[in-house]
Amino acid sequence: MTFLGMPTAPRGVGQLRQEAPFPVAAARALDDSQLRRNLGHATSTIRAKRAAAVAEVPDWQELRAAGAAIKDEVLAHLDRYLLQLEEQVTARGGTVHWAGDANEANRIVTGLIRATGQRHVVKVKSMATQEIGLNEALAAAGIEATETDLAELIVQLGHDRPSHILVPAIHRNRNQIRDIFLREMPDAPAQLSDEPAALTAAARAHLRRKFLTAQVAISGANFAIAETGTLAVVESEGNGRMCLTLPRTLITVMGIEKILPAWRDLEVFLQLLPRSSTAERMNPYTSMWAGAVEGQDFHLVLLDNGRTATLADPRGRAALRCIRCSACLNVCPVYERTGGHAYGSVYPGPIGAVLSPQLTGVADNPDLPFASTLCGACFDVCPVAIDIPSMLVHLRSRVVDDKLAHHRGPTPEAAAMRGLAWTMSDPHRWTWALRAGRAGRLLGRRYDRIRHLPGPLAAWTSSRDLPRPPRQTFRDWWKAERSQ
Amino acid sequence: MSSREEMLARIHAATADITGLPDVPRRYQPAGRGPGSADEALVSLFEERASDYQATVRRCAEAEVAQVIADAVAARGAGRIGVPRGFPALWSALLPGPVFDDPPLDVAALDALDGVVTTCAVAIAETGTIVLDTGPGQGSRAFTLVPDYHLAVVRTGQIVAAVPDAVAALNPVRPLTWISGPSATSDIELSRVEGVHGPRTLDIVIVAD
Repeated sequence: MTFLGMPTAPRGVGQLRQEAPFPVAAARALDDSQLRRNLGHATSTIRAKRAAAVAEVPDWQELRAAGAAIKDEVLAHLDRYLLQLEEQVTARGGTVHWAGDANEANRIVTGLIRATGQRHVVKVKSMATQEIGLNEALAAAGIEATETDLAELIVQLGHDRPSHILVPAIHRNRNQIRDIFLREMPDAPAQLSDEPAALTAAARAHLRRKFLTAQVAISGANFAIAETGTLAVVESEGNGRMCLTLPRTLITVMGIEKILPAWRDLEVFLQLLPRSSTAERMNPYTSMWAGAVEGQDFHLVLLDNGRTATLADPRGRAALRCIRCSACLNVCPVYERTGGHAYGSVYPGPIGAVLSPQLTGVADNPDLPFASTLCGACFDVCPVAIDIPSMLVHLRSRVVDDKLAHHRGPTPEAAAMRGLAWTMSDPHRWTWALRAGRAGRLLGRRYDRIRHLPGPLAAWTSSRDLPRPPRQTFRDWWKAERSQ
Repeated sequence: MSSREEMLARIHAATADITGLPDVPRRYQPAGRGPGSADEALVSLFEERASDYQATVRRCAEAEVAQVIADAVAARGAGRIGVPRGFPALWSALLPGPVFDDPPLDVAALDALDGVVTTCAVAIAETGTIVLDTGPGQGSRAFTLVPDYHLAVVRTGQIVAAVPDAVAALNPVRPLTWISGPSATSDIELSRVEGVHGPRTLDIVIVAD
């Protein structure tokens, strides 16, 4: 199935695409023992904490069902809710901008900053602005953007890429972070220790002046209430409050799926999100504002960038329910070992494996739907009940269909499957093929299993052994038994 | 066609197949399930949950508030304390160095304070959260953000049971700040550090109604 007329996220901008095939990138990550240690520690810690935070809530499954249904309602009538949000934000003094893709969003934000005459902005951690590569676009326009979330700052100063939705520097340990600070932070104390408290204090001192003098801030949004025009940002460190409150101009870039219909719906999501993401009863700070408040200029940029293409697939659209809690990353046996960078996109892990290929079109992220064991742990923990395993299977078929549509003649896979179908559809052919398979015994002579298949079949044995075929096929054995 | 029209048209086309969505099942605990206001169990739960976040919680009677606030501030070694408009004069009477936020202090002046005292709009027992809505006695959003120390006074009658009760009690078009303990980060090896950019210390005084 293709979705004509639905543009996906454009190439050449932002961070949604694999640079290397997943197996290659994953193998590279697995070679890094430091990374595996950091990830193993972090994911197991947060898994246990989340389980405890969720177990405390007797009506968790009911909240989850409501969360899923509210998001489905939003997606079904997204046009209506967006117009309502626009009306409410505008009525309260804000300005709403519509961005069809990453390039347009970057253009809009750059233009808004230029209009203020500022060359420096502070940023709250935001997946949407990473997705569209806003910092790079601003740098190209001569505007310096400072990430203010501690982990994002570590990533930015380390000239690195985030590897987790919630804790983007999860791949770094304290020693590595101290080294980055000493190298990149001119005001870091020379005797800086690697204690997390000392590193945090250094970041506080480094960012404080920027906060108090910044004139423009850029944020994302966790929720936007169509009914009232209220936006919400959920955070822990207070950098969000600093950015949302102190600068004169606030620009919020938000994916169009972040909407909730009514104010009341927050009663569901403010329970689901903190416990799923940081495993807390409530995160330290949540800021909410409707339109331009306390004398600020407020701009809201509504971002599509492949979301309508995702919405067009009835079996894939539920990925847009995602509230970016990252619980699915922490339980995923694949993510736990490879980390986020192997996925190429800012959305790693199970949700990334279903979201990134839909935002870009499956042709641009063809490996990601296969980067899973389909164990289903992600579905169990998802606070909005996204059936990620079924969606992965569906996207696998889309990848195959897409390859067929763009391949001249049948693909090797398709040819093999067609040959198999021909063989299996006739009992004589099948019996003959099974007997012929015994020739494979020769290949397994040495180790009593086949380690390398010849020719195009070698791909199958590149990462697994094949059992050595038995001397006698089952059919021959059956015949021999019966004749006795 | 503008991007706005284009996006709306795409959404319209993308959702054309969706019909007859069931109503949202709200079988979770709704607002109003908890005990009545000022219920002792609720107050104790709030006290326990707020303390879990390393906020220091004190309880007192109305007549003792000024003394409890003065003692708490002294224990933090804080001298210059910002007092917002609408904060009860009786409560700030014993502060050694009150700085009144009237006219509102600018960021530099806030940065020079040791801390602030405020009231709040509502408090949530289950999560140990206080919510400010910039109403009387609460100051602007910056007022409770820039100084390093925040003392919030909560009346027992303001404590609600759970998140749905707070959502029902709040006005969605006011600027809201939900605060659960002092600022914190777990960004380095997931080990929790209290005190990042927001106030590094949060004290809560619960006043019996």
